[in-house]
Amino acid sequence: MTAQDFWVLSPEIAMALLALVVISVDLVTRSMAKVSTVAFVGLVVPLILTLNLWNGWFGDPATGPALFDTFEADRFSLFFKFILLTVMAGTILASAKYIASDRMKDYGGEFVSLVLLSVTGMMILVSATELITIYVALELTALPVVALAAIHRSKQGVEAGTKFFVLSAISSALLLYGFAYIYGYTGSTNLHLIMERLAVLPTEPGVPFGSYAVLLSVIMIVAGFGFKMAVVPWQMWVPDVYQGAPTPVAAFLSVASKAAAFAVIMRIMYVAFGDANLMQDWSGLFAILAAVTMTLGNTLALSQSNIKRLLGYSTIAQAGYILVGLASVPANQVGATSAGAGPQSVLYYLAGYAFTNLAVFFAVIAITSRTNDDSIAGLNGLLKRSPLLAGLLVFGLLSLLGMPPTVGFMTKVVVFGAALNANLTWLVVIGVMNTVIAAYYYLRVIRAIVFEDAVDESQFSADKPILVAAGFAAIGAGVFGLAPFLMLDLAEKALSIVPAMITG
Amino acid sequence: MFDGLLTITVFLPAAVGLLVAIFARGKNSDQQIRWISIGATVVTFVLTVMVFVGYDQDLAGVQMVDYLERWIPIDALRSSYLIGVDGLSAPLVLLTGILGMAAALGSWRIKKRLREYFMWLLLLQTSVLGVFVSLDLMLFFIFFEFELIPMFMLIAIWGSGRPRYSAMKFVLFTLAGGAFMLVGILAIYVTPGVNTLAMVSIPELGIVGIPELIAGADLVVPAALIFTFFFIAFAVKLPLWPVHSWLPDAHTDAPTAVSVMLAGVLLKMAGYGLLRISLGFFQETKGFTIHDVAGYMAVVAAVSVIYGGIITIRQTDMKRLIAYSSISHMGFVMLGVAAVGSSAVETSTAGLNGAALQMFTHGTITGLAFLMVGLSYDRTHTRHIPHLGGLWKKMPLIAIFFLIAGFGSLGLPALSGFVAEIMIFLGTFSVWPWATGVSAFGVVLAAGYTLWMVQRVFFGARPTSPGISDEVYDNLTDANWVDMVPVIALAAPIFIVGIWPSVITDMFDIGIQAVVR
Repeated sequence: MTAQDFWVLSPEIAMALLALVVISVDLVTRSMAKVSTVAFVGLVVPLILTLNLWNGWFGDPATGPALFDTFEADRFSLFFKFILLTVMAGTILASAKYIASDRMKDYGGEFVSLVLLSVTGMMILVSATELITIYVALELTALPVVALAAIHRSKQGVEAGTKFFVLSAISSALLLYGFAYIYGYTGSTNLHLIMERLAVLPTEPGVPFGSYAVLLSVIMIVAGFGFKMAVVPWQMWVPDVYQGAPTPVAAFLSVASKAAAFAVIMRIMYVAFGDANLMQDWSGLFAILAAVTMTLGNTLALSQSNIKRLLGYSTIAQAGYILVGLASVPANQVGATSAGAGPQSVLYYLAGYAFTNLAVFFAVIAITSRTNDDSIAGLNGLLKRSPLLAGLLVFGLLSLLGMPPTVGFMTKVVVFGAALNANLTWLVVIGVMNTVIAAYYYLRVIRAIVFEDAVDESQFSADKPILVAAGFAAIGAGVFGLAPFLMLDLAEKALSIVPAMITG
Repeated sequence: MFDGLLTITVFLPAAVGLLVAIFARGKNSDQQIRWISIGATVVTFVLTVMVFVGYDQDLAGVQMVDYLERWIPIDALRSSYLIGVDGLSAPLVLLTGILGMAAALGSWRIKKRLREYFMWLLLLQTSVLGVFVSLDLMLFFIFFEFELIPMFMLIAIWGSGRPRYSAMKFVLFTLAGGAFMLVGILAIYVTPGVNTLAMVSIPELGIVGIPELIAGADLVVPAALIFTFFFIAFAVKLPLWPVHSWLPDAHTDAPTAVSVMLAGVLLKMAGYGLLRISLGFFQETKGFTIHDVAGYMAVVAAVSVIYGGIITIRQTDMKRLIAYSSISHMGFVMLGVAAVGSSAVETSTAGLNGAALQMFTHGTITGLAFLMVGLSYDRTHTRHIPHLGGLWKKMPLIAIFFLIAGFGSLGLPALSGFVAEIMIFLGTFSVWPWATGVSAFGVVLAAGYTLWMVQRVFFGARPTSPGISDEVYDNLTDANWVDMVPVIALAAPIFIVGIWPSVITDMFDIGIQAVVR
């Protein structure tokens, strides 16, 4: 390894070290407050290192490939690292009270360091430009989550952990299968080299992707990551794991895991399969997945009575909207000027969704930790019992629903706009119809909060750390909704680093 | 270019409302919330007057522009923060200032969940102001839809009767209309050669608006379809027969101040949309122009006027009665817009000006009527007309101002309603004599239901039974000064515009001239 490699890898190294520091602190002190503080303050180091790579504070920003062309700290990956670090910070704040509770305080340090390790894996994942590295990073991401889901050792927790582990293993197997095919066909695991070799290999006319090997490989890869993105038909684990796992873990999964999976699938698709003809083929695949995912996610959410399960289905539906942006590829653009609209809208949607979903989940954590009731009926009369939490939750739900002028509305409009430019009018129609279906179940929760009478009228408020986390997430959602250009400009910069994304 | 005045005017109520909701705590907070919120609406009123007076009529065009080009900076949907006023929107901004203040003053006696109440009321005012000043379609849409949330909360929490049902009905009707509008907006944007969301051209800023670009452009979606999408959204909001049925429910169950805002300014968002978008965009579009459907618009308008009027006569609830009368009166707005079918410029602009003025006058007159119903209901605790009678002796002030609202509504000369209606009839009669002739009967119906209600409620004998109890009747008091402040604020413009109409019509004329190409 050269010094350059260390620079490029510095945020990930700092994250892994932080995980070790947290475990050590946990050995020395029994105070979970200290563990949380150390982890939270410690995050400043990887954040500064990431900012350094983005801005080039200490010397030129390192853009070239590192570690024998397996790893690239381009702005695309850095954009996602910012999201991941934000989610990490929020998760630490949101679980501060949770890890200090009686049944958790023996594993508090482990809990935090496992999350840190999982995020380390995700940070490597979004930067990886080589298939084996992607696979290893993916395993590093998933295994800590298995332990996290089952950390209670309750029946539900173990079930959630087992489910996640088994399905995770299956998805990894599918992924490896897909990787093996593409390696066998092109003779390389490097994404750039795959693109180069695919360009010169002969294609069979009439076959999608020019060859059955590539077709099979793409389908396997999409299936493997579909599990992480929670896309139909690989979504079955989501509601069960969200319900069974500790809620902070569910919050973390719903945002970080999804963002990382979308990042890596975008990179694979644009870098390895970024040829204009291939692009049209996988655009069709994602468009179909998007339509199915939105529709099924929203329809299944209609009948849910548990708020965590409902949010689980809601995140599936949201993944569907993101897929709409993913399907809006530059190759299909009507006008040449809007080339980057699709990927840019995906980045914007993911960022807006991260803030919104964190606000919603954190509010739910704060509420259920007091009421010990995660049914929707348990939220009845919440506005009177805890106006601030109720306000946060309603705001977050309105944003998920896509009510103007929240970030949820802006991101949907931008995604649909990109899809219209990419000649996917039918998909936009399905998307708009879906937002109407979604309105029903989000409004049902809002109605319970605002209008129903509570059985238990006692007032309560939330713990400071989680309130701060939820508040910041909500403010982020508000700001990026009222001033979309702030995030869209960042997203545009993140695109310019991956040349294939704008040249199309 | 950033003038700033409009931005402050629009966002001041919302900012104050949110700050009060967050920070007002403690024992005396209720009184403080009232004073601060009312203060905010008074300042907003002053600001809207500054906007109205500050508009340079000689210069015309769009003025006081606040422009932030990169608001949604992607090519797939390039949207700007672009707000400004022209002759069409300036009077409506002023109207919102007046009614916002009247509504806040009229909420003096609200006690339930005061902090939230004023927050929603102030947010509502911001969203309505935003609709009138937005010159970017996406921004317009966002303000147009955002108004739903405050209205829903205000009706559902502080309403009476079946508030949740009415609130839900209101939201569903408007959401459905709004979805059509969004599709229309996207369809206009993706039209090759348009690719902008600017609603008007502003030469100083190099902005070319949709009206110019869409003229003669090859639309991806047929112009008739896009027009229909917008028209549905506005017809629901105006409301026109047959999509009016949410209005009586929403009005009847809403608290007084919210009825004032709903009738006074929210319906005007639709009238404004008709003039600015339906008329402004679709005059030279390929394959279809608004002139093709002016006749149908006149027919729908006539049906709305007469249907609304007949239903109104049958009402026994004072508030419901005024709500239905709104349908009849907003039908006149539609009729005025239909004058665009005329080939003579003078008559069509007369009708359009009349439609614009009708929006302004209806805002003040109906606002006043709702306020008076509210005052009467606060005292008698019933709005059922057969239970009332002879209130004149007990509440002369309320009766007088009720009568003023009634006379304004039936179009008595020297009050503002007369000017608007005569202008509409002048504009439309030469083009659509039958529709105009039929609609003119709406004025007769208005005289009937208004005078009959006033006669039954305030004059005549008090019904023996069932009616209001002796105890309540004996303790009836007239309006006091707290009640009278908003009443005067709404009554004054009725007289001023009635006697000196050009103060508003000159302004509207500039705006209409710019819209009609």
